[in-house]
Amino acid sequence: MADKVLMKGNEAIAEAAIRAGCRHYFGYPITPQTEIAAYMAKRMPKIGGVFLQAESEIAAINMVYGVAAAGLRVMTSSSSPGISLKSEGLSYLAGADLPSLVVNVQRGGPGLGGIQPSQSDYFQATKGGGHGDFRMIVLAPSSVQEMAELTVKGFALADTYRMTAMILADGTMGQMMEPVALDDLPVTPMPEKPWAVTGTGMKRPHNVVNSLFLSPEKLEETNFERYDRYRVIEEKETMYEEYRMEDAEICIAAFGIAARVSKNAIDEARAMGIKVGMIRPITLWPFPKAPFRRAAEQVKEVISVELSMGQMIEDVRLATECRVPVTLCNRVGGMIPSPEQVLDAILKAAKNGGKEA
Amino acid sequence: MAKLTFKTDKCKGCGLCVDACPKKVLRLSPDKINQKGHHPVEAANEEACIGCAFCATMCPDCIIEVER
Amino acid sequence: MIVFQKPHALADLPMHYCPGCTHGIIHRLVAEVMDELGIEGKTVGIAPVGCSVMAYDYFNCDMIEAAHGRAPAVATGVKRANPENVVFTYQGDGDLASIGMAETVHAAARNENITVIFVNNAIYGMTGGQMAPTSLPGQVTQTSPYGRDVKHCGYPIRVCELLSELEGPEYLERVTVNNVKNVKNAKKAIKKAFQNQIDGKGFSLVEVVSSCPTNWGMTPKQALEWIDEKMLPYYPLGVYKDRSASQEAEK
Repeated sequence: MADKVLMKGNEAIAEAAIRAGCRHYFGYPITPQTEIAAYMAKRMPKIGGVFLQAESEIAAINMVYGVAAAGLRVMTSSSSPGISLKSEGLSYLAGADLPSLVVNVQRGGPGLGGIQPSQSDYFQATKGGGHGDFRMIVLAPSSVQEMAELTVKGFALADTYRMTAMILADGTMGQMMEPVALDDLPVTPMPEKPWAVTGTGMKRPHNVVNSLFLSPEKLEETNFERYDRYRVIEEKETMYEEYRMEDAEICIAAFGIAARVSKNAIDEARAMGIKVGMIRPITLWPFPKAPFRRAAEQVKEVISVELSMGQMIEDVRLATECRVPVTLCNRVGGMIPSPEQVLDAILKAAKNGGKEA
Repeated sequence: MAKLTFKTDKCKGCGLCVDACPKKVLRLSPDKINQKGHHPVEAANEEACIGCAFCATMCPDCIIEVER
Repeated sequence: MIVFQKPHALADLPMHYCPGCTHGIIHRLVAEVMDELGIEGKTVGIAPVGCSVMAYDYFNCDMIEAAHGRAPAVATGVKRANPENVVFTYQGDGDLASIGMAETVHAAARNENITVIFVNNAIYGMTGGQMAPTSLPGQVTQTSPYGRDVKHCGYPIRVCELLSELEGPEYLERVTVNNVKNVKNAKKAIKKAFQNQIDGKGFSLVEVVSSCPTNWGMTPKQALEWIDEKMLPYYPLGVYKDRSASQEAEK
């Protein structure tokens, strides 16, 4: 068994990124993710890498764009308001089909919001990362171990599909300390990148990294091609965990920290004889529609537990095709639902027999 | 005498070369119109050309080649 | 003997610039410098947003198209990824001195080892002639139809002077291309700005005072004269910083 070390979630992301071969990190300080920058600042110079504190989030994401164009693994991290600033760059990365890893350790919003955990950037990450038609692969860890594993996975997916992979964590996940095994992370070698701009060497026509297509026919073609790729991702890369779903009559939908809280509530409810389980999306995009569609035939209610005013719930409703009631159990603004609150929601669902209150 | 070659189809008829020529060799063609719809540059009296390449130096579209 | 021909690093394509626009001259100078230094094969250029947005088609070296104003940040990434590459940005006044001012100032402050070609024609050309951060006091544009009123929208920014106050940058020079002599001087400055990068000296910016006959509402010839009459009094030509030369002089 691999040795485990005690680490903060943010540090686990940083160390995993280094192990994944990332040698370039650009960022701008913002709570609650600054440990990632601090870790990179310490480690990168020792291993021949580059840590650079950018003048802004916008500059940081554009430095990422430069390194990605040059064909190397690169990342940036931020928290909610900073991700809004990065939206421009995320759209350009998508338009130029560049691979990158972006971490959002979410905090409460809107506006400057607060510095406590939140999941209210779900829409932004899964549906509105910037202008134009594009997607990011959105990975939602719910343990420090997963912070590390999904970081490594994120780099691989980004390279394979030439797009941005986003780790959508939250302040709790970032600050939480847990034992983590780093030795067996599934690191993949970087694929060849013949499109990268590294100089022609006078041996080939020039490469151009670009998101401008003034011909509408050509621009349409690039969009169609990109969405063909997205369909492959939906087929092959969707990830989720099912917890005690085999005989469940009530289904919790939750990711990240909300899933951890929900597990406690589920165990308690099970001890009381209530048949409840959970589907935990690990990829928020692509969203795991299939298990929810199956659950819709099995359970009498789905409860979406979120640190938002109800964002993922829309995808849950779409996936369950309105076949069962889907209710919301939430706290916002930096507050986290307690296991008791989730248990109450479960008890209510058990009592109401699936009728929406 | 120097020799001037023009990529006439790329000429936009801006006339900067005409003004730059110290020997008044060049003019915009009064009767020709190129693919772009401009009156392109031509050498009205090439024999006076000294091959200084001032015309090419000022040409924004790099259409002039100069031999001496 | 051929005394003048298209440089190899310049693509053999018609450029989309308006008749008499000096972007074409500046493109050619950059390409000539690449040829003379033998660096086309290891150069990566970054195009801006604005009239020269399609510069990525016009150079035969590897190219990137950046978001508006972000070219110095993108160049930073490319240079930090592969320091053996020669990396340049080609940016207009709106791109470099307005929306991208932060990226410009900080790349200069870091003495990022890149070359910046800054084309200042005192107007937003691509979008049809709006007021730029470098539009002159009183200059009539689409968004300053009564002339730039400095009481209302402030004064044009002199980029070389501004950056010269920073410790960071290696080399800052303002040139123009409105006559043969000035074109030759501009090329010298551009060559030096690339050579500095090859020598590892750091951030080198050449501001090229340029013309926009279309949006200035002039003939190409009048536009070049306007540079002498109006632009250069506000934007004097010269070297604003040359750290290596200063250090040499002190010895």
